[in-house]
Amino acid sequence: MNANLSRTVLFVAAPIVLVLCAFLPSWATFLLIISFAKALVVLGLMVLWRTGLVSFGQGLFYGMGAYTVGILPQYVAIDDAVLLVLISALSAGFLAFLLGFLLRRYREIFFAMLCMAFSMIFYGVLVKSEKLGSTDGFNIIPTTYFGYAPADPDEARLFLYFLTAASAYVACLFVHRYLNSTMGRLTRAIRDNELRVEYLGFSAHFAVHFKFVLAGSFAGAGGGLAAIAIGHIDPEMVYWIQSGEFVFVTILAGVGNVLAPLIGSVVFEVLRTFAIEYAPNAWQFVVGGCLLAVIMFLPGGLWSLIEKSREGEDVSSSAR
Amino acid sequence: MLTFIAIMIDGMVFASWLFLVALGLTLIFGVMKILNVAHGSFYAFGTYVSATAIGWWFRQGLPDFGSFAFMFVCAFGVGLLFGLAIERLLLRRMYGRDEVIIVLVTFATFLMLEDVIIWVWGGDPYFAFEPYSLLGLTSFGNLIYSNYDLALIGLAVSLAALTWFVLNKTKRGRILVAVIHDPEMSSAFGVNVGAVFTITFVIGAMLGALGGAVTAPMISVAPGIGVEVIVLAFAIVVIGGMGSVWGAIVGAVVVGISRAAAVHLLPEIELFVIYAVMTLVLVFRPEGLFMRQKARKI
Repeated sequence: MNANLSRTVLFVAAPIVLVLCAFLPSWATFLLIISFAKALVVLGLMVLWRTGLVSFGQGLFYGMGAYTVGILPQYVAIDDAVLLVLISALSAGFLAFLLGFLLRRYREIFFAMLCMAFSMIFYGVLVKSEKLGSTDGFNIIPTTYFGYAPADPDEARLFLYFLTAASAYVACLFVHRYLNSTMGRLTRAIRDNELRVEYLGFSAHFAVHFKFVLAGSFAGAGGGLAAIAIGHIDPEMVYWIQSGEFVFVTILAGVGNVLAPLIGSVVFEVLRTFAIEYAPNAWQFVVGGCLLAVIMFLPGGLWSLIEKSREGEDVSSSAR
Repeated sequence: MLTFIAIMIDGMVFASWLFLVALGLTLIFGVMKILNVAHGSFYAFGTYVSATAIGWWFRQGLPDFGSFAFMFVCAFGVGLLFGLAIERLLLRRMYGRDEVIIVLVTFATFLMLEDVIIWVWGGDPYFAFEPYSLLGLTSFGNLIYSNYDLALIGLAVSLAALTWFVLNKTKRGRILVAVIHDPEMSSAFGVNVGAVFTITFVIGAMLGALGGAVTAPMISVAPGIGVEVIVLAFAIVVIGGMGSVWGAIVGAVVVGISRAAAVHLLPEIELFVIYAVMTLVLVFRPEGLFMRQKARKI
C-alpha cells in the first residue's frame, strides 16, 4: 500500500465506513461501541509498543476513566456524555502523568510489571471500598448529549456510537500526526537504542513520559465510553486479565497502521461474542488458541494481511 | 506482644506458602528468561489433582498418612506431564522471540488451560480437608495453630536447603548456574542448553504443581484459583529480583510478614499491601532486591 492510498484510506474511507456502520442493527452498534472504546486503549498501547514498551496495567487507566464517569455525577451536576468522557481522559491522563515520573525510568519486563502492580493496587482499593459497591460495582446514571436526553435506548445508543466512533477516529488522526512528527519518529529510535537518542540531544525520558500520558488518556476515554455503553462498572475492568486482553488485541491487530487497533478490536469483540454465544464453556480456550495462532502464524498481526509493514515485522523478530 | 507473635507466625506460614508457589516461577525465569503465566495453571492443576487424589484415597480407606505421599506423587506427575508437553510442543518454537511475546504465549496457554480445568472438574468446588486436620493442633499461649500450617514452614525451609545444595554442591547444579549466567558461553563449553531448558521447565512446572498440592487441603478448590496465585507469585519474584532463588526467599518473607501485619493491624489494606511493597521495592531497587543492574547498551 503506497503512501497516497494509505492517506486516502485514513482520511476518506475510514470516516465513511464509520458513518455507514451506524445503520447496522442495534446489537452490532453496541458491539462496535465497545470495540471502539477498547480500540482507544489499544491505540495507546500501540504507541508504547512501537517504543518497545508494553504495559500490563492499562486496565488502571481504563478503570480510572470508567470510575470517573461513575463517581463524578454523584458530586457534581454533570450528565453530559461528551464532557464526562473528556474529564475521564483528563483524569486518567493526569494519573499517568504522575505515575510517569516513576515509570519512565523502567524498560522491558520491569515496566510491564510495575504497570501491573499499580493497576492491582487500584483493584485492591476498589474491591475494599464498599461505597463503590466492592466487587459488584454500581450502575451509571443515564447521560445526555449537549443538553439533549435521548428518549429510547436505541436512540441513546446511536448518539453514543457517534461519540465513540468520533473519539476513536480523532485519536487515530492525532496518533497519525504524532508518529509523523519529530517526537513521534523518536519512538522507533528509542526502541532501537536509547543512548543514541540521548546523544542526539533528545530526552528519552520525556518522550516515554509523553507517550505514557497519551496512552493513559486514551485508555481513560475508552473506559469512560465503555462505562456509559454498559451502564455498569465493576473492578474487573481494572483486573490484570483485562489488561492482558488489551495487550492481546494489540498483537492481534498489529502495529503497522493507526487503523489497525480499530480493526483488531472489532475482530476480537466479534470473536469473543461468538465464542461466548456458541461455546460458553470454551470461550477462553478459543480466545487463547487464537492468540497462539496469531503469534505463531501471523507475527505482524491482522494488519500484515493488508500491508507488509516494516514496523510489524521488526517487532516480531527483534531478537535480543 | 501476642499480636506480634501472631503476626510473625502467620507471616512465616504465608511466606512459606508463597515461596513454595513462587520458586518454580523464579527458577524458570532465571534459566530461560521466560515469565511463565502458565505457572498459574500448573498450580491449579496441582491443586485439583491432589484434591481428587485425596478424595479417592480416603474413600478407599487406605492408611491416613499415606495420603500425603500420594498427593505429592500425583502433583509431580501432572507437573511432569504438562511441563514436558508445553515446553516441547509450544515454547520450543518460540525461543529467540521477544520476551513479551513469550509472556503472551504463556498467557494464551493459561487461558486455554483454565477452560480445560472446567471441562475436567466442572464448576463446583472440591474439598479435601482430611490431611489438614490429620496433623493436629499446636498452641502458643492463647494462639492455636494447625500443625499442617507449621509443617508448611518446614517444607519450604527444606526445599530452600535442597535448592541451595543442588545449585552449589552438585555438578548439574553448577552447570545450571553457568547457563543462568551465560547460555551462549555454556553452550560453547559443551553444555546441552536445550536439554537444560527442558529439564528446568519441567522442574519448574512440578514445583508449581507441588505448591498447588499442598494448598488443596487448605482451601475449597474452585475454578479461578490460578488467577490469584499468578500475580502473587509475580510480586514475590519481582521483589526478590527475577530469577534469584535467594530473592524469592526474601521476597516471600517480606510479603508474608507485611500481609500478616496488615491483616492484624490494618485489615483495609490487606488486599493491596503486597503490590504496595512491590512498588516500593521497585522504586528503590529497579531490578529487585537481589539483582545487579544491567549495563546499558550503547
